[in-house]
Amino acid sequence: MAAEREPPPLGDGKPTDFEDLEDGEDLFTSTVSTLESSPSSPEPASLPAEDISANSNGPKPTEVGLDDDREDLFAEATEEVSLDSPEREPILSSEPSPAVTPVTPTTLIAPRIESKSMSAPVIFDRSREEIEEEANGDIFDIEIGVSDPEKVGDGMNAYMAYRVTTKTSLSMFSKSEFSVKRRFSDFLGLHSKLASKYLHVGYIVPPAPEKSIVGMTKVKVGKEDSSSTEFVEKRRAALERYLQRTVKHPTLLQDPDLRQFLESSELPRAVNTQALSGAGILRMVNKAADAVNKMTIKMNESDAWFEEKQQQFENLDQQLRKLHASVEALVCHRKELSANTAAFAKSAAMLGNSEDHTALSRALSQLAEVEEKIDQLHQEQAFADFYMFSELLSDYIRLIAAVKGVFDHRMKCWQKWEDAQITLLKKREAEAKMMVANKPDKIQQAKNEIREWEAKVQQGERDFEQISKTIRKEVGRFEKERVKDFKTVIIKYLESLVQTQQQVSHFCL
Amino acid sequence: METHAEAGKEGKPSCASVDLQGDSSLQVEISDAVSERDKVKFTVQTKTEFSVVRQHEEFIWLHDAYVENEEYAGLIIPPAPPRPDFEASREKLQKLGEGDSSVTREEFAKMKQELEAEYLAIFKKTVAMHEVFLQRLAAHPTLRRDHNFFVFLEYGQDLSVRGKNRKELLGGFLRNIVKSADEALITGMSGLKEVDDFFEHERTFLLEYHTRIRDACLRADRVMRAHKCLADDYIPISAALSSLGTQEVNQLRTSFLKLAELFERLRKLEGRVASDQDLKLSDMLRYYMRDSQAAKDLLYRRLRALADYENANKALDKARTRNREVRPAESHQQLCCQRFERLSDSAKQELMDFKSRRVSSFRKNLIELAELELKHAKASTLILRNTLVALKGEP
Repeated sequence: MAAEREPPPLGDGKPTDFEDLEDGEDLFTSTVSTLESSPSSPEPASLPAEDISANSNGPKPTEVGLDDDREDLFAEATEEVSLDSPEREPILSSEPSPAVTPVTPTTLIAPRIESKSMSAPVIFDRSREEIEEEANGDIFDIEIGVSDPEKVGDGMNAYMAYRVTTKTSLSMFSKSEFSVKRRFSDFLGLHSKLASKYLHVGYIVPPAPEKSIVGMTKVKVGKEDSSSTEFVEKRRAALERYLQRTVKHPTLLQDPDLRQFLESSELPRAVNTQALSGAGILRMVNKAADAVNKMTIKMNESDAWFEEKQQQFENLDQQLRKLHASVEALVCHRKELSANTAAFAKSAAMLGNSEDHTALSRALSQLAEVEEKIDQLHQEQAFADFYMFSELLSDYIRLIAAVKGVFDHRMKCWQKWEDAQITLLKKREAEAKMMVANKPDKIQQAKNEIREWEAKVQQGERDFEQISKTIRKEVGRFEKERVKDFKTVIIKYLESLVQTQQQVSHFCL
Repeated sequence: METHAEAGKEGKPSCASVDLQGDSSLQVEISDAVSERDKVKFTVQTKTEFSVVRQHEEFIWLHDAYVENEEYAGLIIPPAPPRPDFEASREKLQKLGEGDSSVTREEFAKMKQELEAEYLAIFKKTVAMHEVFLQRLAAHPTLRRDHNFFVFLEYGQDLSVRGKNRKELLGGFLRNIVKSADEALITGMSGLKEVDDFFEHERTFLLEYHTRIRDACLRADRVMRAHKCLADDYIPISAALSSLGTQEVNQLRTSFLKLAELFERLRKLEGRVASDQDLKLSDMLRYYMRDSQAAKDLLYRRLRALADYENANKALDKARTRNREVRPAESHQQLCCQRFERLSDSAKQELMDFKSRRVSSFRKNLIELAELELKHAKASTLILRNTLVALKGEP
């Protein structure tokens, strides 16, 4: 499934620096006219503007409205709109999807320009945050819930089916509210399809929750104890968060695979996700090969931004891991505390029973009751700790791994480009030699080869720049999302703590 | 490690309120305490200008002297204070010192601070317990007049009481076994009717109560420990958050830093909740566990006396039938009878005292515990709210 790329219109300079986007206002009037590839087939990209077609009717007009209000906008990092030159040649995005439907995924939901956000993300972020908020409200009017885990089947072939409910007002969906039943491997299948389409072009695809053989086996075997219900609940919450993150990404939202996942009632079984299948083993081999490659590729980092960002992500990763470990310890201890408090409550009750002084006996049994309630509280708090705080951290740790993967892809792209250049050089040398030796037919062949390789070199270069641009946008977007996410979660968590303490004081009165 | 503790004023025991009624002319207090390597030296002072330095073993010697004294068989001997045990916290301090390279300097400093506070707390507690022991002795009208007590309080030199060597410990252990076997035998003996309902009731009550309070005490300890662990957990979290915060460049920075601060304060509060629970609840339970054990011992002694009395009766009857040695049997029986009655009377008094003491102490401690928990909950709600407001207020 080689990704085919239509060569974008040549002839323009392709400076990847966004400093060109000074003329913000001009640019976005034209972005309205920027396009998507036509649904029918991957054609050369000089597509007429009117093809703002089937996929994104709804959000489009509203977007334009908003856009008009602001100059100097930074792009919502969505599309493959790389407006790098004043000519604003639209560059098409990635390859057609190797998946089921022929519709190519690219759409421009919010063609906003990302001006200067590379160099100074901080400053701009702050002022644009509000704009962002509003815009998000308009575009992403889609809510996803994962609920009702049900056990289907029996024995080792059993699995849990989850109901995925979507509420949306986007017109690209046929209905405004619908729900389907999916199982865990379906989610994994969706992720692998999205990853194969987007990861190596530089999009940060949210990672799916991890497989857990132990957990699933327990569920399959049918143990009805608290740990397996906890496991199912944990998985359900993780799946919900995964889907919510995926639909927040504007490009991914347009993906037909995603739509199919959300809408169609029957989905072909994603066998490739099984751990021991052929595809699984292939994946593992690939991963090993990648790791080796990473060590051998020495890239000339021409762009300091990338280096800095990579370093930043490394640090962030380390610290998140540390924090995550501490929070896990906290959760564990709180659970212990609640268990101990329960035990104490019981023995206090017994003590109250045996006490013959009535007032004291009553006081002691009241103490026992209070302690029991406090124990419940502690347990709830432990759950809150876990679900809000700790899971968020682990999600972000995985996301950062995906980000790192994206950076690695960029490196591989660069490598390909380098290789193409080297080969071109060799071919040119060969041609020169032929010239000297004066063999006309060989010369022709050599010239052909040279042309071929020149094209490849240019392709490689464009790919590389494309991926760099995409990554920049993606990273910017990722950062914003991260900031928002963390803040919301922290606020929620603190509120839960407040509530717990309030309950405690209520009980002690 | 040398630590000083001004145990005099602050060391007023909060774990057991002893009603020091009666003649308060004899007031004992531990004005100072020094911890040297293995031993703790207490400076015992009486109101009337005597001041001596005593070690833990000497307290134990005093306690044993009371227990073995036949005269006090009818009284509840205040339980001996537990050995000062710094093992656990010393171990922890050592482990901390050995170092965990992943722990940052601030974290290390904080943990060390926590451990030192813990050490200090244990120290204060042990001083308090010793003091309570002495004060109860001083308050009891009979016990305070013991000669050994005076020796303890006044004799300036070292009492040269060595700790029990292994043989004596073993002997003590065996004696306990014999005692409980004996008790089982006596109670099982038919014909040993408990004449007094009061005692019957007290017996059953005490047995049950003792087991349950021991249970409760153990569990309360566990709760306290878990709580302490929880509070300690906040340290690495706070440290990680602050390092995250310093690294961030956007508005998450202030959020993280505030959060780190919040967790730091929460930690202190949680630590205080844990230690309050420890002081008010577990210590009290522990003390009364030991006290009820002492009461049980009293009952046992009385029972033993009753058994002796019965035996003496039987012996007298036998002697009378054989008409030999009636006189000694008679006197023996008289003796036993007197002893028994004496014991019964004083036991009754003691047990009632025990009950009232217990009730008032429980009441006081439970009330204080509830108030403290309330205070802490309010305080933590306050800081949480403040942080929330600050976080929400930011763009």
